[in-house]
Amino acid sequence: MDALTVHRLHFAFTITFHYLFPQLTMGLALLILILKTMALRTGNQHYHRAARFWAKIFAINFAMGVVTGIPMEFQFGTNWSRFSKAAGGVIGQTLAMEGVFSFFLESSFLGVLLYGEKRLGPKAHWWAAFLVFAGSWLSGFFIIATDAWMQHPVGYHLGANGEIVLTSISGLLLNSWLFWQYLHNMIGAVVTGSFVMASVGAFYLLTRRNEDYGRTFVRLGVIAGTISTLLMAFPTGDGQGKNIAFNQPPTLAAMEGLFETEQGAPLALIGQPDLEKQRLDNPLTLPDALSFLTYQRWGAEVKGLDAFPPDRWPDNIPLLYYSYHIMVGLGTMLIGVMALASLGLWRGALYRSTARLWLLLLMLPFPYIATTAGWITAEVGRQPWLIYGIMRTPAGVSPHVSTGNALFTLIGFMGIYTILAILFLFLVYREIDEGPERVPEMRAATV
Amino acid sequence: MQTTWFSLVAVMIAVYVVLDGFDLGAGIVHLFVARTDAERRIVLGSIGPVWDGNEVWLLAAGGTLYFAFPALYASSFSGFYLPLMIVLWLLILRGTAIEFRNHIQSLVWQPLWDAVFAGSSALLAIFFGAALGNVVRGVPLDASGEFFLPLWTDFSAGQETGILDWYTLLIAVAALLTLTLHGSLWVALKTEGELERRACRVARGVWWLLAAWVILIIVSSFRIQPHLQESFRARPWGYVSPLGALAGLIGIRVLTGKRNGLAAFLCSCLFILGMLTSAAFGLYPYVLPSNGDQAFSLTVHNAAAAPYGLGIGLVWFIPGMLLTAGYFTYTYRNFSGKVKAP
Repeated sequence: MDALTVHRLHFAFTITFHYLFPQLTMGLALLILILKTMALRTGNQHYHRAARFWAKIFAINFAMGVVTGIPMEFQFGTNWSRFSKAAGGVIGQTLAMEGVFSFFLESSFLGVLLYGEKRLGPKAHWWAAFLVFAGSWLSGFFIIATDAWMQHPVGYHLGANGEIVLTSISGLLLNSWLFWQYLHNMIGAVVTGSFVMASVGAFYLLTRRNEDYGRTFVRLGVIAGTISTLLMAFPTGDGQGKNIAFNQPPTLAAMEGLFETEQGAPLALIGQPDLEKQRLDNPLTLPDALSFLTYQRWGAEVKGLDAFPPDRWPDNIPLLYYSYHIMVGLGTMLIGVMALASLGLWRGALYRSTARLWLLLLMLPFPYIATTAGWITAEVGRQPWLIYGIMRTPAGVSPHVSTGNALFTLIGFMGIYTILAILFLFLVYREIDEGPERVPEMRAATV
Repeated sequence: MQTTWFSLVAVMIAVYVVLDGFDLGAGIVHLFVARTDAERRIVLGSIGPVWDGNEVWLLAAGGTLYFAFPALYASSFSGFYLPLMIVLWLLILRGTAIEFRNHIQSLVWQPLWDAVFAGSSALLAIFFGAALGNVVRGVPLDASGEFFLPLWTDFSAGQETGILDWYTLLIAVAALLTLTLHGSLWVALKTEGELERRACRVARGVWWLLAAWVILIIVSSFRIQPHLQESFRARPWGYVSPLGALAGLIGIRVLTGKRNGLAAFLCSCLFILGMLTSAAFGLYPYVLPSNGDQAFSLTVHNAAAAPYGLGIGLVWFIPGMLLTAGYFTYTYRNFSGKVKAP
């Protein structure tokens, strides 16, 4: 293995593991706010307890997000120093803003949310929930703004020594790429939060414990899940797809396995990209559908990989193709499951339908897989560029950090994260097992 | 403009050390000061609601350093690769220990996390101290402003040095002592009874060691980095920082154990701020000096981002920091007074 590969795996592994947590943080923050709102409007203790229960799980999840998040900011400097030196004046802005505007907010008011309920009363406590929600969604904004700039750099000019000089902060924060990517990502977080909540609710109903909470969790999870899974596909997924189609056409071609430029390009549902023969093996396609989805004309021309020089192709086409198709396939499945569940909810049969509750329970891993596949699509799709069109990936690594050192720390992270994952699952299971009834209003001053 | 951002980054780092410093210090001393599970819960409770917010200062200072001095961020983070990765792992272990300790009531679970909390806190203090020592001593920068340091070589602080040598170890021990003192003063401030008395006892004992050590590091710092002397000679008003540190140190001695624990703790804050600003003042305009050819040193000028970014940065940074000051005032106010037993 060469140093570049190890540095790439280093970032890929740590960011993939990290993002398992913030997606639930951001999704749950909204759902907890909804529970707090219901509690405030009805005055019903049931909703207060439900919110308190989820706030506890939120806290464990948040702690995991914090401890795995710090290495992300550091890694720009440690493993990608040439990239940082060139682009730090631009993306450092959004990363610093994240610290200043969202992390301080989030960390200050999470303490209030967890410990301050008795002292503050319901209204002020609702505000704490709101500020935690605002902090986590702002944090998402600054991170997506950073990624959006790497996908679609704007508001800069190139200096004499190849340094990238920021010329417009509003360009950076209002990047045209950012709008759909941010919405697509945040609604993805709501999908994860909804499925987790519905899944825990289904678990309670199936095990006949805390059944009134089970019904609340299933109801809120299914309603939020139905709306969010649909919004994932349209308009946010469609908008993000157009970002790629218009700004990264070789990526679109590789994602879709379109090797040749075609008028009336087909949409591949299944198939395996065959790089040697430059075609899709065993394809099952919808004729003309890709042209329609991209340009709203069935006969429009879509450029295939043959239209671009191979040194502009993403460097791992099969990985890109599969992760994109897994994301879309799972997204479709999640829409279907939520549609089925909301039908049951509407007819009043869902809480008693063992089969549908099992289905909700077993769906738990799939939103995580879908969001991970989505991010792999975005980041592998950006290749061979580190900053699209400006800096290629090999040009960004730290020149003096050797393969062995990087491999050593990668293995170290793998070990530590394995233990963290076991701890996380163990502690969250204990909270779920204990149930919402036994969560005290305000625990002792200790954590 | 570069000087403004140099000062802002230095202040942010100093605030981080003052705030997260007492979390680390509480971690270092809690095994000795708090004997029973109930006492340890109180010590943990004294930092529980604030430690995460305090740690954010590290991230915010890192982010600010990143956009204001990208070349410095790139060079130092990749050059200090190994110790930084160890710092990251220690931060992960510390956070996990604080957050997960009280989830399970068991005679094995809590002692395990207590040991992890104490060990990671002590090692973090040592590594942060060593990092500061490296910046003061200088590193082997090449013409492109890059370097890579092994963890240690022959401890000689010469050209072929590593992260750890006699000088950086000296600073590392100073950091450990400083944060031990800082943490025990915090624990004394936030607790009462036997716990408070024990914390004061630790603080008084550590004070003598630290006072002796401070003389040692001042003498060796001026020897190892001649630029410090030039700075203070050229701008004598800079003596205000070391004098502040001295006042803080004396204040700690006089006020520890007196009725108001707050005064002693604030003196400790003053001591830390004084020491760190002295270092920053002494190094300026260097941000990372070379220990070889001075022409390769990184300064506030050659490591800074372009003027537009620095200017626009102030526009959002100032309101952002005002908001942050508001949150922190609110949080600490809410959390004032002694932590009661659960």
